[in-house]
Amino acid sequence: MCLAIPGEVLSTEENLATVDVGGVEQEVRLDTLTENVDPGDYLLVHTGFAIQKLSQEEANETLEIFDELIETNKELEEEGEV
Amino acid sequence: MKFKFKDKERARELVNLIEKEVPDRRVKIVHVCGTHEVSITENGIRSLLPDRIDIREGPGCPVCVTPTKDLDAAVKLAENGVTVTAFGDMLDVPGTEKSLKEVESEGADVRLVYSVSEAIEIAENTDNQVVFHSVGFETTTPMTAAVLSQNPPENFSILPSNKLIPPAMRSLLELPNNDIDGFIAPGHVSTIIGVEPYEPLVESYEVPVVVGGFEPLDVLYALELILKQISEADPRAENGYERGVDYEGNPRSQQLIDAVFRKADSTWRGVGEIPESGLGLKKKYKRWDATERFDVDPEAGEEVLPNCRCPEVITARATPDECDLFGEQCTPDSPYGPCMVGEEAMCNIWYRYGGRPKL
Repeated sequence: MCLAIPGEVLSTEENLATVDVGGVEQEVRLDTLTENVDPGDYLLVHTGFAIQKLSQEEANETLEIFDELIETNKELEEEGEV
Repeated sequence: MKFKFKDKERARELVNLIEKEVPDRRVKIVHVCGTHEVSITENGIRSLLPDRIDIREGPGCPVCVTPTKDLDAAVKLAENGVTVTAFGDMLDVPGTEKSLKEVESEGADVRLVYSVSEAIEIAENTDNQVVFHSVGFETTTPMTAAVLSQNPPENFSILPSNKLIPPAMRSLLELPNNDIDGFIAPGHVSTIIGVEPYEPLVESYEVPVVVGGFEPLDVLYALELILKQISEADPRAENGYERGVDYEGNPRSQQLIDAVFRKADSTWRGVGEIPESGLGLKKKYKRWDATERFDVDPEAGEEVLPNCRCPEVITARATPDECDLFGEQCTPDSPYGPCMVGEEAMCNIWYRYGGRPKL
């Protein structure tokens, strides 16, 4: 029930945004969100309301953290083998 | 964005890390979110991991933990001519005698909605009384609070069954012999409440709590963080889902909840009453409380059906396949207990995806 799906903001009008959620346009209420929203932003949408503004930057950072973790592990492994 | 978090190569590497980190004993890790269970089961994550990592779902499905008395109240309202609106899964949950779907087939006005906003629209377009069965955790409660704080129609009210996750996690830790080594905290509940509300749990029980996202890599990463905390004997509340969760949560949604709701003791089906684990309406909003507006009998019905092991499944003490009724007398088409109802209920998920397959 806590499922939330990311979508891209197409346009906004007061407290409503039209959001592209997986190719389907959906009206999303913004009054549960602290930040301002502009077209092009990504939102996490839950039961027709935005709960979080997502950034591609943070998504990339998370992947970088995974890669660093994996890299460190590999280096440690190699050291162990030597 | 999505596919990168399903990347097989990275997943394999994270599994390698987990294999190295896991102690040489059984490790029981509990999550409290139906969406996590779907991701774990659908992606076969249990089968990728060493057998001694035992991942369980706790009371993470609002459909499963809504007490019979609330279900019976919704059924009674519908039978008395009120238009009852609810999320889809709530229509199938059996109450003491009937489910909402059953009273609908007898002619009651029951409507499936995807959002509380739809319930408001229904109320705006009828003279009949419209009740929204407000079910859900912290993720879902701000939406109900938002519509109530904006002068909803006079013929609208809610049946409040909203619940809070941290007190439920605490109740699991208070069970004797719970064996819990760590929690994956629910990502989207945490989007709203942030990371801080888990810190008292860590302090009291010295148990790692890591907020996890829902893609396969997110889940593996959360597991790896928990195992690292275990091996370093350094339990703490940690955020493993930074793109979806800020440390302080969503302040606007928190304000909405605080303005409209107050904490109340609450009954969880299969668990019992947990102090301050539910939400009731504040005095200012009591006029939109269906239990005040209508005569709904608050007496509890049978919380647990004979031979049903949902209470143990909900408290992470049994897996669905340990129940004799599972897949036999209890199936998604004909659910006996609440854990078989709805796409995020543990028994239902295990029935559809096969639990912990040996690959």
